[in-house]
Amino acid sequence: MAVGTIWAVVEPSSGGAATNGLELLRGARELTSTIGAVTFGDASGAAETLGDHGASTVLTVDTGNAMAGVPVAAAIAAAVEARGADGPTAILLPQTYEGRDIAGRLSVALDAPVLANVVGLEERDGRLVAEHAVFGGSTIVKAAFTTDRVQLFVVRPKTFVAEGGAGGAGAVEALPIPDTGRPGATTVVARHAEERIGPKLDEAPVVVSGGRGLGDKERFAMIEELARLLKGAPGASRAIVDAGWVPYSYQVGQTGKTVKPNVYLAVGISGATQHMVGMKGAKKIIAINKDREAPIFGIADLGVVGDVNKVVPKLIDALKSR
Amino acid sequence: MHVAVCVKQIPDPAAPGRLDPETKTLVREGKFVMDDSDSYGVEMALQLVQAAGGGAVTAISMAPNNEIKGVKDALAMGADSAIVVSDPALKGSDALSTARVLAAAVTRAGDGAGPVDLVVTATESTDGYTGTTPVQLAALLDLPAVTFVKKVVCDGSKVTVERQTDEGYDEVESTLPALVTVTAGVVEPRYPSFKAIMAAKNKPCHVVGLADLGLDASQVGFAGARQEITEVLAAEERKGGDIVEDDGDAHLRIVSYLESLKVI
Repeated sequence: MAVGTIWAVVEPSSGGAATNGLELLRGARELTSTIGAVTFGDASGAAETLGDHGASTVLTVDTGNAMAGVPVAAAIAAAVEARGADGPTAILLPQTYEGRDIAGRLSVALDAPVLANVVGLEERDGRLVAEHAVFGGSTIVKAAFTTDRVQLFVVRPKTFVAEGGAGGAGAVEALPIPDTGRPGATTVVARHAEERIGPKLDEAPVVVSGGRGLGDKERFAMIEELARLLKGAPGASRAIVDAGWVPYSYQVGQTGKTVKPNVYLAVGISGATQHMVGMKGAKKIIAINKDREAPIFGIADLGVVGDVNKVVPKLIDALKSR
Repeated sequence: MHVAVCVKQIPDPAAPGRLDPETKTLVREGKFVMDDSDSYGVEMALQLVQAAGGGAVTAISMAPNNEIKGVKDALAMGADSAIVVSDPALKGSDALSTARVLAAAVTRAGDGAGPVDLVVTATESTDGYTGTTPVQLAALLDLPAVTFVKKVVCDGSKVTVERQTDEGYDEVESTLPALVTVTAGVVEPRYPSFKAIMAAKNKPCHVVGLADLGLDASQVGFAGARQEITEVLAAEERKGGDIVEDDGDAHLRIVSYLESLKVI
């Protein structure tokens, strides 16, 4: 096959393989039949799952208490160099905290440029072409590398749909970590989980996001309550993350998460291009905003022009009384 | 303590973006401002130097056209000096080439105001949002990096940070020198006073070329990017649906819509 071997970096997630990694394996399957999954942390035991999703080889990196970026990138870079022509022609990484850390280090170690924010991959005349959504998702830009270095693609979660049934457990091989020197001197001292009820933002079937139109920080509680009543996850626009109302992990949009829920409720969000690109893929969109001219109404399946502080409390009461 | 903070000068994000029909890269023109995302890094740098009992903050930037307006914003906030790498050859630079240029500038800053203890950047820029430049920069400088940071405490040769995760946050320790990327909203960027804006005009702002830093034009810009845009097309449009004015009962419309979607 013209495309050759593809490796996908699969992060750990609550004791198994993260969905965004399984999505990458699905994307790789459309392009090639020789696929390696590179895993670390808790995901190393997931050989069966990874094989089921298409990985014929499972390459594990034991990162211990170090942050993953440096050791994982160093192990991959060494393995790529050792394999030479038998190594991967492309490596897919998830556009996540760890994925970007690994991609940055790998790029320098292999002297290979990176294409990030990828939302589609195809083979065109033997080379890989990446798709990117720009200007709030109104324009698609396709790009490819002009070098024969290993091709590094950082892919936005939800680009592919994970699907099992592709094969048996992959053959496991542990990748040694070369000496990482000074950059390897980061240690995770403690992990703190914040109390969060309900599904994860990027996996929730319903997402309720709040924006500047809420008026003040305290009213974000309404968004959380509405999300809980709809068994969904709360999200946020960049404006209120920048304002410090909620942490960055809530942010939906270009510089945040991509979500594709069945229903997306945008509350007090005007619909800046920055936000739209992260939620345009929702099956149905409901928007509540006081400004009739807000761009969000241009893509909403149901738009309510009104004061969020009047509509939302009534909506919460109505849902509670059911 | 010497903190180098990277600031990107971008066209006003409120202005609609467009692609150059020939190079198919983002057109960067009009009024330039400091990327809002960088204001948190500048603020954090200033606070860290203050907490350390003194030192210097150097703003680092690059531009193809001698642009310094956005850097002046960082100086007005309180940065002591700035280094701007400017060269026409920088136009079209990708993330890795950008990191290469910034690395040379950070090294230059270290030659000037003493060794850099900490490099601070945003997690990603507002206009390009590749999000890999900071870690590429750390790798080129052979530094540890802690990304997506909410809180930073420096203590002599060590830095302790809180790093955003999907579940909450990790407490991470690193040796210094190091690089951190700061998420938005974690500190409140100060508004420069009129006096500070005027004072910024007299602060040192060194504009240097590629050759001054020992870099070659072939390593940057369109030549160094080693990637090309093959196609630009319009995305499928998403159509809007019903829009209703709230007459006091609009919430019922939402309830029945959610029912029809079998969400409730």
